[in-house]
Amino acid sequence: MDTFFSGTRLSDMIRAIRASKTAAEERAVVRKECAAIRASINENEQDYRHRDLAKLMFIHMLGYPTHFGQMECLKLIASTGFPEKRIGYLGLMLLLDERQEVLMLVTNSLKQDLNHTNQYIVGLALCALGNICSAEMARDLAPEVERLLQFRDPNIRKKAALCAIRIIRKVPDLSENFTNPAASLLKEKHHGVLITGVHLCTEICIVSPEALEYFRKKCTEGLVKTLRGIANSPYSPEYDVAGITDPFLHIRLLKLLRILGQGDAEASDRMNDILAQVASKTESNKNAGNAILYECVQTIMSIEENGGLRVLAINILGKFLSNRDNNIRYVALNMLMRALTVDSKAVQRHRATILECVKDSDASIQKRALELIYLLVNENNVKPLAKELIEYLEVSEQDFKGDLTAKICSIVEKFAPEKIWYIDQMLKVLSEAGNYVKEDVWHALIVVITNAPDLHGYTVRALYRALHTSCEQETLVRVAIWCIGEYADLLVNNNGMLELEEPITVTESDAVDVVETAIKHHTSDVTTKAMALIALLKISSRFPSCSERVKSIIGQNKGSFVLELQQRSMEFSSVIQKHQNIRSSLVERMPVLDEATFSGRRAGSLPTAVSTSGKSSLSIPNGVVKAAAPLVDLLDLSSDDAPAPTSSSANFLQDLLGVDLTQPSPHPVSGTMQPSKAGADILLDLLSVGSPAPSSINGDLLSVHAKNAPVATNDTILSSPTAPSSMMDLLDGFEDKVPIYPSIVAFESSTLKIEFNFTKQPENPQATDIVASFTNLTPNVFTDFLFQAAVPKFLQLHLDPSSSNSLTANGNIKQTMRVTNSQHGKKPMVMRMRVGYKIDGKDMLEEGQINNFPREL
Amino acid sequence: MYFQIHFVLLVSRQGKVRLTKWYSPYTQKERSKVIRELSGVILNRGPKLCNFIEWRGYKVVYKRYASLYFCMCIDEADNELEVLEIIHHYVEILDRYFGSVCELDLIFNFHKAYYILDELLIAGELQESSKKTVARIISAQDQLVEAAKEEASSISNIIAQATK
Repeated sequence: MDTFFSGTRLSDMIRAIRASKTAAEERAVVRKECAAIRASINENEQDYRHRDLAKLMFIHMLGYPTHFGQMECLKLIASTGFPEKRIGYLGLMLLLDERQEVLMLVTNSLKQDLNHTNQYIVGLALCALGNICSAEMARDLAPEVERLLQFRDPNIRKKAALCAIRIIRKVPDLSENFTNPAASLLKEKHHGVLITGVHLCTEICIVSPEALEYFRKKCTEGLVKTLRGIANSPYSPEYDVAGITDPFLHIRLLKLLRILGQGDAEASDRMNDILAQVASKTESNKNAGNAILYECVQTIMSIEENGGLRVLAINILGKFLSNRDNNIRYVALNMLMRALTVDSKAVQRHRATILECVKDSDASIQKRALELIYLLVNENNVKPLAKELIEYLEVSEQDFKGDLTAKICSIVEKFAPEKIWYIDQMLKVLSEAGNYVKEDVWHALIVVITNAPDLHGYTVRALYRALHTSCEQETLVRVAIWCIGEYADLLVNNNGMLELEEPITVTESDAVDVVETAIKHHTSDVTTKAMALIALLKISSRFPSCSERVKSIIGQNKGSFVLELQQRSMEFSSVIQKHQNIRSSLVERMPVLDEATFSGRRAGSLPTAVSTSGKSSLSIPNGVVKAAAPLVDLLDLSSDDAPAPTSSSANFLQDLLGVDLTQPSPHPVSGTMQPSKAGADILLDLLSVGSPAPSSINGDLLSVHAKNAPVATNDTILSSPTAPSSMMDLLDGFEDKVPIYPSIVAFESSTLKIEFNFTKQPENPQATDIVASFTNLTPNVFTDFLFQAAVPKFLQLHLDPSSSNSLTANGNIKQTMRVTNSQHGKKPMVMRMRVGYKIDGKDMLEEGQINNFPREL
Repeated sequence: MYFQIHFVLLVSRQGKVRLTKWYSPYTQKERSKVIRELSGVILNRGPKLCNFIEWRGYKVVYKRYASLYFCMCIDEADNELEVLEIIHHYVEILDRYFGSVCELDLIFNFHKAYYILDELLIAGELQESSKKTVARIISAQDQLVEAAKEEASSISNIIAQATK
């Protein structure tokens, strides 16, 4: 006799939803059901509450809002029947989270249920409490849980143990109450209680050092015995997993032993035997066994030194590495990385296998293996390792090439035994994956090249050859062009040939050909072309016979839409035509670039340094000097990443041109003379190329520096002692200043005044922290005070809870918020706000727009 | 924190959520976001790859059983291999309970899947390593529910008789 008044059965609803062919149909079904459920709730229908909640949970899983059902959970929990309580608690755990205040209302029901005569109801309560309780509930109900740790039924004891873990996590101070009962759980025989009990003890040890000492002294022996017992136990069908008895218990015990043995030689000593036994006797053909071995290895690595055990552990990892199972290999690589700090020699022995993993088909494994190899490189093995990695570079997948290239470059740079080897490897990398090589890497290469004068000839010839095979690698082209420009004479005359070289015939016109190809190639970007123009100028100086041809090539760029190229073209043509007398001194061989300074700058420069974002790097790898100026600083290759050179060039600009650097000059002083960021950014504005870093728009050279503190420090590394010093002082002065912004009265009416106080963190110019201060200007009390704000799309607002939601007469409350302005410097902040509160129960509403934010925010 | 499962997620190959259980604080909005993101990542994984994903500073262990992906999120330093065993433990218990469980069972009896999970994990920790024990407890509770239903229907029978 079924009488269904309100709505359908659960299974019918599910069927109807699954039968829906479109999202709209599904929404219609859900809407109908929700309406029926709401009606049922309003009428306080008892009979269908159970079913309604089940439906609500299903609807919730589909992603629809179901908060109107929250109180139903509470009503069901408060019912007397088991089925009602069961679904009520489930609903509670699914539909609510611990941060919701409704949860507090359950505390009383929970307390009653924890004392219920029906042990299954006690279980329900423990489960819910363990999954969802807040700190306050934890405090309230801790005594009940403590009592239940000694309940007669093991199923309750184990639930109580886990519940206790949650309580301790929420309120660590309560751990002392649980220490003794937890210790007695360790002596139990029931596996469920043991597992949970061991875990509870682990948690207590983490939280309380005194408890840790206590457990260490009193329980280590017992735990070792328990582990031995379980490891030696005969087949038990109830707990067997792949031939091992209760691997979960094994693992929990190993974890606790790890904590007890860490840092304590005596405790570690007591566990050595059992660890050795587990490590050597556990079957490793199934995942369960491997999980135990993995845990065992972690424990061995964490406790105090025992040579034999450590070797055993690393051997296990070595075996894992050659396991066919991806999971095992992955886990082994992880563990080996940690083992490096403990015993790097042992890990080195497995280098070959790890290298194989770099070539694995699984991307996660590749990544791990590469990181591990990177940590294993040293002076002795760098050559073979680099060779293998570079060979692999040729066949690796696109996604992996970036990572691989970066790591190879780093390894090669750090550990290169000789310059020639370094240059060789870098050439190979550039030829294979030049497009993945980062700016600072190839800049470093050039620095090294200049520092190896006996290798200039070798290098330029090798680059020339490489160009013919790999001209699509942009970075290779750039490096090659720079070298050909510099060392064109060596290229053609085969100067400084090394024994291993084969002679090659390159005529002057060949050299020009190569550079011309680079300029004309469709994939060459602005930097390459710009570099090529300079290279041509150099060539025309070194090979005067080619001047005419060079001039015509350069001349083709006079009409270029890119200002940099046009400018260079005009200027160089002019030099070739009218100023032959200074040409040769202009493009004299570059002086050796100071490696120490370069690496110092590089190390000090911020990764997000206010640079021209590399897109149209109007960098000046060969700063052409128009007049005498400190060469060393100006001709700095790192000019596009480090803000450092600005000081020298800016100073130099001041001397020459008397330009006021505090204003953004609308047109650049000279394209090639502005390694300064401000200048480059001005160029960017003109050319609208790339996205200028926001903080540079300020234009004020000095304030831009203020945001890059390292600049001042980098300047101190400068070898040139003269002029920059006055600039440095100015910069130093700005370095520590934290900008102060005036506070504003955001809103004022006859009843309420709102003030905003601003602070900014120097590293994050876009974000502002605002402390809003609300003052009640009336003699009445405001209650239920709520401040709301809305901001336009280019702002992001994050509002913290206020200090209180009631204001006494003439009282004051505060609320903090954080606003991030993505158009910082371009658009000022603006905000609409609304304040709601009650006076004597009467609702009040005030709204307004705040327009008077300081512009610089 | 020392080994904790932060959440459990069961999602079908089509991206439909079949079960979610949260052991760490996540608001409803955060939960939706997590589900969307994680489903996207997992459903796009190739078949031969390892069962571990690094995601937002956590590790997610997942395993596919027929048309369902079982996912558990743990901390970076935890034992992933063990979590694989826990997932398998759960699946075997479900299998025993439903008799060759399939996705449809978990759709129409989702609340039972939750009840079983609640006997397996509390506060993101393992509760019981014996499948037999879990089955026994669930069965006892099912019987309580049956008994209550019978009582209710017998009362309504009496009332129906009386009001005839």
